[in-house]
Amino acid sequence: MAQTAPKPKIALYWCASCGGCEETIVDLDEKILDVVAAVDIVFWPCAMDFKYSDVEAMADKAIDVSFINGAVRNSEQKHIAQLLRKKSKMVVAFGDCAWLGGIPALANLKNKKSIVDRAYIEMETVENPKKDVPCEKNKVDGYDLTLPTFYETVHKLADIIDVDYYLPGCPPTPKNVMVAINAILSGKLPPKGSVIGPDKSLCSSCDRNESKPDTMALEKIWRIYEKVADPHTCFLAQGIVCMGPATRDGCDYPCVKGNMPCTGCYGPVTGADQGARMTSALAGLVIGDEKEQALKAMEGIADPAGTFYRYSMAASLLGSQRKEQA
Amino acid sequence: MGTKISIEPITRLEGHGKIDLFCDDNGAVERAIFQVPELRGFEKFVEGRPAEDMPQITSRICGVCPTAHHMASVKALDALFGVEPPPAARAVREMFYHLFMFEDHLLHFFFLGGPDFIVGPGAPKEARNILGVINKVGVDTGKKVIEIRKICRELMAEIGGKPIHPVLGLPGGVAKQISEETREKLKAFSKNAVAFAQFTLKAFNDIVLANKDYLDLILSDVYYMKTYYMGMIDKANKVNFYDGDIRVVDPDGKEVQKFKHADYAKVIAEHVEPWTYIKFPYLRDVGWKGFTEGKESGVYRVAPIARLNVADGMSTPLAQKEYERLFSTVGTKPVHNTLAMHWARLVEVLNAAERITELSELKDLTSPEIRNMNFKTPGEGVGIVEAPRGTLIHHYQANEKGLITKANLIVATVGNAAAINMSIERAAKKLSVNKKVDEQILNMIEMAFRAYDPCLSCATHSLPGKMPLELRFKDKYNKILRTVFRNNDGKAVSG
Amino acid sequence: MPNTTPHIIAFVCNWCSYAGADKAGGQKLQYPANVKLVRVMCSGRVDPDFVMEAFREGADGVMVLGCHPGDCHYRNGNMKTLRRFALFERMLAQFGIAPERFMLDWVSAGEGKRFQELTTTMTEKIKKLGPLHLTGSVESEVA
Repeated sequence: MAQTAPKPKIALYWCASCGGCEETIVDLDEKILDVVAAVDIVFWPCAMDFKYSDVEAMADKAIDVSFINGAVRNSEQKHIAQLLRKKSKMVVAFGDCAWLGGIPALANLKNKKSIVDRAYIEMETVENPKKDVPCEKNKVDGYDLTLPTFYETVHKLADIIDVDYYLPGCPPTPKNVMVAINAILSGKLPPKGSVIGPDKSLCSSCDRNESKPDTMALEKIWRIYEKVADPHTCFLAQGIVCMGPATRDGCDYPCVKGNMPCTGCYGPVTGADQGARMTSALAGLVIGDEKEQALKAMEGIADPAGTFYRYSMAASLLGSQRKEQA
Repeated sequence: MGTKISIEPITRLEGHGKIDLFCDDNGAVERAIFQVPELRGFEKFVEGRPAEDMPQITSRICGVCPTAHHMASVKALDALFGVEPPPAARAVREMFYHLFMFEDHLLHFFFLGGPDFIVGPGAPKEARNILGVINKVGVDTGKKVIEIRKICRELMAEIGGKPIHPVLGLPGGVAKQISEETREKLKAFSKNAVAFAQFTLKAFNDIVLANKDYLDLILSDVYYMKTYYMGMIDKANKVNFYDGDIRVVDPDGKEVQKFKHADYAKVIAEHVEPWTYIKFPYLRDVGWKGFTEGKESGVYRVAPIARLNVADGMSTPLAQKEYERLFSTVGTKPVHNTLAMHWARLVEVLNAAERITELSELKDLTSPEIRNMNFKTPGEGVGIVEAPRGTLIHHYQANEKGLITKANLIVATVGNAAAINMSIERAAKKLSVNKKVDEQILNMIEMAFRAYDPCLSCATHSLPGKMPLELRFKDKYNKILRTVFRNNDGKAVSG
Repeated sequence: MPNTTPHIIAFVCNWCSYAGADKAGGQKLQYPANVKLVRVMCSGRVDPDFVMEAFREGADGVMVLGCHPGDCHYRNGNMKTLRRFALFERMLAQFGIAPERFMLDWVSAGEGKRFQELTTTMTEKIKKLGPLHLTGSVESEVA
């Protein structure tokens, strides 16, 4: 009787995550059956019985691939990320939060104290005369309760552990998830440290590209709600900020098809800082022979940092400075 | 010498959580505490962001119910910019929302909550999952669930760009017009949706309600709590997910509050405990009396059974019949039985499917008039919807440039936070009569939790039905005396 | 306590501002030694990430000096610089970096004195502001 090769062992874990990356796996629909038949899931806290102690008991590198989504924001997430790294041959940062920090990393523009104070003390509906805030050690009825340490900085996964591959998206599309899984199962992978996906900007495949004029000299940038966007014309040509030029291709641009501009969720191409790219790109499209005129034209970019780094703050040159060592 | 049992991590919910059970010398549970160990800080980091970005930013609070946040957010923007969406835009939003409610509730029932009932809490762990469900209801049904969900999600993508983190919402409108072609697809889908919803209710009836043991479980004392209830109603006092006043009834069913969205802060206050990151909303007028039930305590509950409790009925005929059947079967209104949430959820699935049918016939659905551009200077706005998991409130303040200056988000599951703690405690107390901890106790504590469908239930097909649970018996000095855990095969193992 | 030797990086264009710096040297006009020059062919070559990386790597202030409007060797490279850094300055403020730490200005090949003045002014300004700490909290919103 022929000996079949053992199925690859897979682990899935979530850090500071919204669950969209788990949900996109459910959106594989019937294809999930093929995936599950081909692998052996050994750890998946959102869905399965295995405990941290099960992972701790495994030999190093016993897991073939760990898919980790979510940013790292507290000590429990850091601990499990490091544990999985030890026990895995390969770690894939799944989705923007793990790759770039994601939307939770916008919190890097604030600080921990202001976040905690707003939520638990200042909030208008909160009744908290003692000004209680969550803390790591508590005593209730004489018993000890603990909470993990909450970090000052939102970290991307690569700040904490060595990462082999990255899957872009918020969330990655089911189609791209399948491409990645097939690449991993077949061993046909790009060099270690790569993002699994095309390395050019969204504009290259967007069907509105043809409507872009050769030169744009925009007199005004419009906030998205200030205009009724034409559903066939390039958003930038209409004076609406679209992150396409500074964002990776690969998603089949569902947002643009929904008649809304790209907001950058497939992240920057290799080696690029998304905000630097977009600043140059946008400024190249507007008029302005004097600073005041240029500023007026670009007034509609109401929040440059939040708009350009919506998903990539923890990977941005200025927004990823650590406030403390995790 | 008392002991502490830690269940960590909890699974099949959004993010991370743990439960600590504190026992007396006889092993009976005195206190049960559910801790949420993380915070991301949306209420702060949205400050400085353009108001129109809020629907897409806040949807990242949850990847399972992003549409709920998106819709609450866009309604808050309508108020903030002082614009009423035209009828076509409202129709598009409602259609999208009901597709979402239909899909989300169905996902929870078949992949997560259903197994508890369909195969039963006493059934072997290997069977308490979607495979066990498929066994009971048939392979064809299993495939139908995947298929119907797939089509639903595809329709959502056509209307709102993406099903996970949609893009359609703008203050005063939606981004894209629905085509006649899409309308025809919606019409065809709605027929299947209604049929499937009815099939699911029938399956629930045949497998669960017709089984005396399961019915006893639903009606039992273990999963029972008398609280206030909160939910959204339309002008006819029927359950509405998308718009309407918010009504609160007391444990006897009497209306005590009916408020407009802008007045939510007069009714709801939040309590803070330093041992958890989750806040505990309660009724201001009644006051926070601790984790207790009854008329004197301000604790309230939200989501399916709460919505059915506060309303006078369902807005669509088939769902109305099921509504009546639910209440006559249980015998009381309000229904205080936590496990009835699963049933109420299915009544809502049928209601959502019928609403999709109604909306697909609306003339305005495909109109190009999808934007109201008469914006006032941005100020303040509150948007409320009924998320699958309960009343969801987004409240924003913006400066004259339309940048957010303050935000308050009272997120659905949080409305049940106190109740979840209390439900776990009640179940744990009533089930821990003797010291023998076994599979049954673990499962039944889980059931107290799972009925609320806490935010993320992640489901795929070959889910084994066991939740990873480890009970560690510690003495007061935190020395581990004994560990009982459920292993891969679902057996309780003592170590 | 004010920093006595602030680190300042100045990106200077080959045809105008670099020549102007050279002129200052030739005229024996002292300019602060803590201003380190990086020569580029055109101020339009200066990418926002050069400036961001300079701050990240320890610069307390960054300057970009190009040709006067109308004088650009490449016609309108400096106009692109102007628009780009107008937007960039607003974003800098959001990261908690005082906009005074960045200066975009114009120096022609013959303006040795102007080069001396701008670099001296910048150094004084940065000394007053003190060293830049990028690890603090960031609270200021867009200007």
